[in-house]
Amino acid sequence: MKKDYEDIPGTFVFDADRSREGYHLNQFCISLRLQVNRDAFKADPEAYLDRFPMTADQRQAVRDRDWNRLLELGGNIYYTSKLAANDGINFQNLAGLMTGMGVDAYREMMLKGGRSIEGNRYKSEWEKK
Amino acid sequence: MARIIAGVGCSHVPAIGVAMDTKITDQPYWQPVFKGFEFSRKWIAEKKPDVIFLVYNDHCTAFDASVIPTFALGCAATFNPADEGWGPRPVPVVRNHQKLASHIAQSLILDEFDITIMNEMEVDHGLTVPLSVMYGEVPQDGEWPALVIPLAVNVVQYPAPTGNRCYNLGKAIRRAVESFDEDLKVVIFGTGGMSHQLQYKRAGLINPEFDTMFLNRLTSDPVGLSKTPHVDYLREAGSEGVEMVMWHVMRGALDDEVREVHRHYHVPASNTAVGHIILENVNA
Repeated sequence: MKKDYEDIPGTFVFDADRSREGYHLNQFCISLRLQVNRDAFKADPEAYLDRFPMTADQRQAVRDRDWNRLLELGGNIYYTSKLAANDGINFQNLAGLMTGMGVDAYREMMLKGGRSIEGNRYKSEWEKK
Repeated sequence: MARIIAGVGCSHVPAIGVAMDTKITDQPYWQPVFKGFEFSRKWIAEKKPDVIFLVYNDHCTAFDASVIPTFALGCAATFNPADEGWGPRPVPVVRNHQKLASHIAQSLILDEFDITIMNEMEVDHGLTVPLSVMYGEVPQDGEWPALVIPLAVNVVQYPAPTGNRCYNLGKAIRRAVESFDEDLKVVIFGTGGMSHQLQYKRAGLINPEFDTMFLNRLTSDPVGLSKTPHVDYLREAGSEGVEMVMWHVMRGALDDEVREVHRHYHVPASNTAVGHIILENVNA
């Protein structure tokens, strides 16, 4: 089935296919919403990860805190942000990391009105850069 | 009879709640965000709604990936503010008008909107931040000035319900409210947005032209606006900008003709364009 949103650059639309692929990864991330689980994860990360049958790649991306890789493997931002929160990283700083700009440059961009839509609508516009 | 007198559109950025909870709203970064709600707090104190019907999205708090209802109506007596990973917000428990909520649930299903009924539910920033910006600081052991009926809409997993479906649901909510015997003043909130993208390499996208067009057409062309396809939100307003479909529920519940009495728009709050509008029914 053709997806009319696949030509948006730098964006993952969390659809049913991604949801299926990322299910156990996302369930791991959201479990960290609760203090009791954050404590268990902190005490023994590998044992805690054993509770969630995610793929080896997903598990490695969790270990690496590779925020973009987590999205590429079916993670969704509202879930992966719980892993970030567990590490003391807020939404804005997480965005700074995912864009590759770094936290300070990202914050500065937002203060100046954010990322413009011009040149950021289609993948073809990014390929020309 | 119960009646809907007005609609409020409002972003629900979590950092706005944090700013209020940590009492830093007068800092230069936040001051312009909150300035735009000064009118709104006076307005709502004058209107004194008995009930707020609050359309919002849960951010994987009450619903993780295991259950994803498109429309979930809160029918519990109370809703506790949830721990979203950094402790619950220090705001009062949210109290429902349970009798009206269960009446609306029945009425919607018979009107062919097959909603999910929630008899237990915690509520996250999507619901509590709009209450906070509209009512100001309310101590945790205090009471929100109105009863609240929550309607959680899935906008996390694609596809969210269409704008058209949301607009028509608003109409059905109005029919449900107006068939309730008790005299009640209801204000409906549509929350979320405006343009923002929280994820991946395009994070930080803001599109004031799109947002302004959206705010304008809520009054001038709500039906046409409700036909906006999802890909337009995703492309033009960012992957999380699709939350704006929830504003169509609010708009659908109002008269065809409304009066815009207040508007506020500011960039940024964290990653997001803050948008806010108050629409009154002309014959209210």
